[in-house]
Amino acid sequence: MSDVNYISAFCRISSGKVNVNHSIMFTGEQDEAPPAFIKSVYKHYQLNYPKFYKMDSLCQLGFIASELLLKDNKLTEKYNKEEIAIVISNGSSSLEIDTEHQQTISDKANYFPSPAVFVYTLPNILIGEIAIRNLIKGENTFFIFDKFDAQFTAQYINSLLNSGRAESCIAGWVDFYEGNYDAFLYTVEKTQGVIRAEHTAEQLLNIYK
Amino acid sequence: MNELIDKLKGEIIEQLNLEDVKKEDIDNDAPLFGEGLGLDSIDALELIVLLEKNYGIKVANPADGKKIFQSIRTMAQYIQDNKK
Repeated sequence: MSDVNYISAFCRISSGKVNVNHSIMFTGEQDEAPPAFIKSVYKHYQLNYPKFYKMDSLCQLGFIASELLLKDNKLTEKYNKEEIAIVISNGSSSLEIDTEHQQTISDKANYFPSPAVFVYTLPNILIGEIAIRNLIKGENTFFIFDKFDAQFTAQYINSLLNSGRAESCIAGWVDFYEGNYDAFLYTVEKTQGVIRAEHTAEQLLNIYK
Repeated sequence: MNELIDKLKGEIIEQLNLEDVKKEDIDNDAPLFGEGLGLDSIDALELIVLLEKNYGIKVANPADGKKIFQSIRTMAQYIQDNKK
């Protein structure tokens, strides 16, 4: 079996645009605030997932990116649930919702922490949301880096696939903090998909510009 | 009572981020969990916080929750009986 793995599809949501496999599929209103833009994308695609509005912004962003990524490349129809890994990274962890939680506990006289906010105060909850939605049970890891580390990501995921710990992977970078957002999710498989690119750091950086 | 039910519906929609739900969509006697609004365990905790934050009511015995949060009407009744 060849050790070459492929980036089979990708979805990028940043700067008010949704890019799926090099096609701009949706553009938000000019100057639309990030949370409103994310909800616009959700409504535009009629994703209809009751838990969506309960998620924090990081999860909403990653959830939508995963939905659009998997829409035409349904990994769960090609692989067993245990064979699909999820490896995501970002730079801001869950700081956006951490700050919101902190504000609910900073005043001892008005101390009402929200359980629904608190449950999102870890970045890997995003992986959980994607896994629950798609019933995925494979390996999963969330890394924190200063910026998207294509070299590490490619090496780590190729190792997962080449060692037989996964047959495919949902991977990438999902970051949301203080009005800045960027989601880049892609699928890695042992066969080529619509994106004919080997899963290497160079190819990742060609796509994630 | 009807005024309290109406107010409570608005508070629940806001507190639980039920963005696609309108007050008129919530049946006063429909189950809040499972069928009906389909709330989950985290929502149950949010409702407990709502009672304390908005009405000063502490649910001391968690076992009481099943009765209190059966429907909007039972919740409103509990508030009316225990509001400080």
